[in-house]
Amino acid sequence: MAKKQRLVVIGNGMAGARFVEDILTRRGNHLFDIVVFGDEPYGNYNRIRLSGVLAGTDDIDDIFYHPLAWYQDNGVTLHAGVRAGWIDRVCKVVHAAGGIAEPYDKLVIATGSTPYIPSLDGVTDETGAFKTGVFVFRTLDDCQGMIRYATHSRKIAVIGGGLLGLEAAWGLRNRGAEVHVVHVGPYLMDRQLDPSAGALLKQALENVGVSIHLETRTMAVLDERHVTGLTFSDGSTLDCDMVVIATGIRLNVDLAKQAGLLVNRGIVVHDDLSTQNDPDVYAIGECAQHRGQTYGLVAPLWRQAGILADRLTGRNPKAIYRRSKVSTTLKVVGLDLLVMGDKEPDHEGDEVVTFVEPSRGVYKKLIVRDGTLAGAIVLGDSHVAPRLLQIFDREEILPENRAELLFPSAEKSEAPGVGDLPDTAQICNCNGVSKGEIVAAVIAGHCSLKGVCAATRAGTGCGSCKPQIQALLSLVAGGLEVDDPAAHYYVPGVALTKAELIKAIRARDLRSVSAVFNALADGNEDPGSKPGLASLLKTIWGQAYEDERDARFINDRVHANIQNDGTFSVIPRIYGGVVTPRQLRLIADVAEKYHVPMIKITGGQRIDLLGIPKEQLPAVWEDLGMPSGHAYTKAFRTCKTCVGSEFCRYGLGDSTGLGIRIEKRFQGIETPHKLKLATAGCPRNCSEATTKDLGAIAIEGDKWEIYVGGAAGSRVRKGDVLCVVDSHDEVVNCMGRFMQYYREHGKYQERTYDFVERIGIDQLRRVLVDDAEGICQRLDRDIQAAVDAYVDPWKEGSDPVHPDQFAGALAPLGQVEIHAKPKG
Amino acid sequence: MATAMQCKSQAYNLGPVTKIPEGEGRVFQVGPTAVAVFRVRGNGVRATQALCPHEAGPLADGLVGAGQLICPLHGFMFELATGKPIGNACPALKTYEIRVDETGDILLRLDH
Repeated sequence: MAKKQRLVVIGNGMAGARFVEDILTRRGNHLFDIVVFGDEPYGNYNRIRLSGVLAGTDDIDDIFYHPLAWYQDNGVTLHAGVRAGWIDRVCKVVHAAGGIAEPYDKLVIATGSTPYIPSLDGVTDETGAFKTGVFVFRTLDDCQGMIRYATHSRKIAVIGGGLLGLEAAWGLRNRGAEVHVVHVGPYLMDRQLDPSAGALLKQALENVGVSIHLETRTMAVLDERHVTGLTFSDGSTLDCDMVVIATGIRLNVDLAKQAGLLVNRGIVVHDDLSTQNDPDVYAIGECAQHRGQTYGLVAPLWRQAGILADRLTGRNPKAIYRRSKVSTTLKVVGLDLLVMGDKEPDHEGDEVVTFVEPSRGVYKKLIVRDGTLAGAIVLGDSHVAPRLLQIFDREEILPENRAELLFPSAEKSEAPGVGDLPDTAQICNCNGVSKGEIVAAVIAGHCSLKGVCAATRAGTGCGSCKPQIQALLSLVAGGLEVDDPAAHYYVPGVALTKAELIKAIRARDLRSVSAVFNALADGNEDPGSKPGLASLLKTIWGQAYEDERDARFINDRVHANIQNDGTFSVIPRIYGGVVTPRQLRLIADVAEKYHVPMIKITGGQRIDLLGIPKEQLPAVWEDLGMPSGHAYTKAFRTCKTCVGSEFCRYGLGDSTGLGIRIEKRFQGIETPHKLKLATAGCPRNCSEATTKDLGAIAIEGDKWEIYVGGAAGSRVRKGDVLCVVDSHDEVVNCMGRFMQYYREHGKYQERTYDFVERIGIDQLRRVLVDDAEGICQRLDRDIQAAVDAYVDPWKEGSDPVHPDQFAGALAPLGQVEIHAKPKG
Repeated sequence: MATAMQCKSQAYNLGPVTKIPEGEGRVFQVGPTAVAVFRVRGNGVRATQALCPHEAGPLADGLVGAGQLICPLHGFMFELATGKPIGNACPALKTYEIRVDETGDILLRLDH
C-alpha cells in the first residue's frame, strides 16, 4: 500500500473542523495522516449557536460537534490550544510554539477571523489585555466570560449595531440586564438592511427593552479598576459596568502573508481552493478570498470544505467551488429577520416590491432583476422566508404576480405555522414522524432537507409534508441549513439537472441505464436512480432505447402493482369506464377461477383484482383477454367520464366518447409521474375533471374547457384552464401537446400540479397555445410517435422477455459437495 | 449460540446464473429457508434473507446497484454484502455465502 500523505489543517473552527469531518466521511483517513492546529483548547463546536448559549436558550453541551476524544478515535492529531507559528513552504513544515513541527504534503489554512477592535481610549491596560468588564464575542471562552460577568452587571453597553452586536445585546438582555446598543451608523445593521427595515428593527428591539443609540461614535471606555462607562464624540457619556465590542471582524491572514502567499483582503484562492502561488496549500472559510469575495456565513464555508474534501480524497477530483449566494438570519427569538442578496436596486430595470405594516413591525422588500430574486429583506414574517430563500438560492423564475411571494395562499401558509405546534404533533403522516423527531435530527446536524428526510424518513412517503419539514429546518437551523445540490438533479445518483442530463445523453448517445451510469456517474449504479433514468431514456429514444429490465421498479418488470403481502393487483383497461356484459362475465370468471381474494371498483372507474401471486399473472391476463390498465406505473392511467350527452339530461357534450378516445390514444404513454384524467359533459363536473392532471369539461356553445394541474390526493388543487377549444379533435390534440411538454420538462416523480405551478400557467399557455417558441408542431409529432410505439405490456405474459420473468420461488438443482471455501 | 464451526453447513447448486436476469433477484426455496439471490451487474451474486425485516417485503423484487438493495415495499435500503441497513433502523438482513462456479452454476452455502 502506498505511503499515506500528510494533511495538515490550520484552524479547527466552523470551516477547518468541518473539512476534517468531510475528509473522514470520504474515508480520507486511508489516504492521509491528518494533523489539526486549533487555537481553542476544545474539540469543535457550533460557533453560530453561541448567541443561543449567551441568551440561555441553548445549552453549551448541545453545541459541541465533536469532543477531543473524537479526534483521537479517528486517528486525527489535534494540537488543541496551539496556535500555528509559521509556515515553511520550502521544507513544507508548519511550526508552532513548544518545538512543534508538522511536515505536510497538503496544507489547508482555515484560520477564520478575529474581532476587530477600534482604536478607543481605555479599552486595554498597559499589558495590552482587555480591562475588566470589556469583552468581545467570538469564542466559547468569550461567551462564558460574558455570562459570568453579566450576572453581576446592571447596565451593559454593546458597541456595534450589526448582526453580532444585536445578538449579543439580545442574549444579555435575556439574562436580565439593562442593555444599550451604541451604533455609529445611521440605522441598525446598515450593511444588510435599508433604512426602513433598520427603523422597524430598532422599534422591535426597543419593544423588548434594548435601548438603541444611533449615529453615536464611541471615543473612550471609562474605568476605575473595572468599566464604569463610555464617552462619545459629542461629549456625552453613558454609565455602564460592562462593555461588549462587536464592531466587525478582521480576517486572520498574517500567517499566510508571512508564508509569502498572495493575500488581498483574504487569502486569494482559485476555483479549486488552492492558493495563487502554491498548489499544495489551500485556504477555505472566512479567511479565503474567492473571485474577490470573502464569506462569513456558514453555508459557503461548508460548501468549500466539502468541495476540497472531494478533491483531495479523489471522490470528485474535478470538483470546483463557484461563488455562493449569501443570506443571513438574525438569531433573536421572536424577531424574524431574513436578509439575502442586494438590499437596494442596483441595475437598470430592477423592480422593487415592498410591503410595510409598521404597527406589527412587518416589512417585506423584494429586489427583482430579470424575473429572478436579486435580494430580499423580510422582517416580522417567518412564513414567507423559507420559500423566498429557496427561490433566491435556486435562481427560480418568480411568479408574475409578485404578491404571491409576499402573501402565500392560505393553503401554503399552513405549513410554516409548524413553529407553534407541540413537539408531539405528527408532521409526516406517511411515516408517523413527529415534529420533535425532526427538530432533534436538525439539531443533530442534519441541515439539508434531504438529510433530515433521510435521517427521520419524514417526507419520504407522499412528500406532501416537505414544505413543513423545510419550514422546521429553517426555524431550527436558523440560516444554517445548506442547500442540497442534489435537490436540483433529475435523479440523486447522477449530478446533473434534467436539461443537462438530456443534453449529455444525446451528445454521448447513451441508450441504456448502465451506459448512463458508466459515462456520467463513474459506473456507480445508484439503485434509487435507475427507474428515473429508465423513464427518461424511453422518452428520449423511444424504440431505440436499450431496455434493461433491472432498471425498472418491480411493478414495471411484471406490469402489475405490488401489494403489502408481495402479491399483485391486476386492473385491466376499461376505456372511459364503459363496460360490456361480456367483459364483466370474463372478469367474474377469472376472479372465481383464481380465487381472487378481493375484487374492488376503483376510483378511476375500473375493476381491480387484488391478491394475485406473481407467477399467476400471465395466466390471469390470458384468461381476461383485456389490455393492461397501467395502474402500476408512471404513465397515462385512466380517463374517468360521466355519461354526458349520451344519457344525462344536463349533458352538453359527449364526455364518454371523448374519454374513450383519449384513453385509446394515450394508454401507457410514460410520463414523469402518473397521469389521471377525466372528461365531464357539463360544468356540474360529476367526473371531477377540475381536480385531475388533465381534464376536459363541456360548456355551453359546443366548447370544451381544458384543465391542467388539478389534484385531489395528498394535495388538493383546482386545475388551471389551459384553453377553451371547439371539438374532440382539438381536446385530444391539446392534451397530447401538454403531455409531451410534461414528458420533456417534468422532473422525475413531479406530478402535474407541481409542474404547472413551477412552470406557470401563463408560460404554458404561451408555449402550448400561442406557440410562442414555435415547438407545437414538433411536440405533436413526438407524442404521435410515442402513441404509435405503444405495445400492450401484458403481451409479455405469453412472450416473456426472460423465461423466469414471472417466476415465484425457485428450487435448487440439488446438494453439492464444496471442497474449497467458497468466495463471495 | 453455535459457532460457524459447529454449524452444519450445506451447499446447494441453484443452477445456472443465467436463470436470474442481470441486475435482478429471484427467490430460491431451499428446504425450509427462502433465500433472495441477486445477480448484480458485473456478474457477481449475493444472497440475503427473502423478506424485509420491516414489513416482510419481497426483497428479491427490489432494485439493486452500487452494492445496495432497496426493498420494493417501503424503500428501505440495505448493504447487499453485509445486510446492514442504510439510513433506517431496521435490523440487518441475514446474508449467505454464495458464488458462481467455473461452469456458471450458482453455489449457495446454508447453515440449517
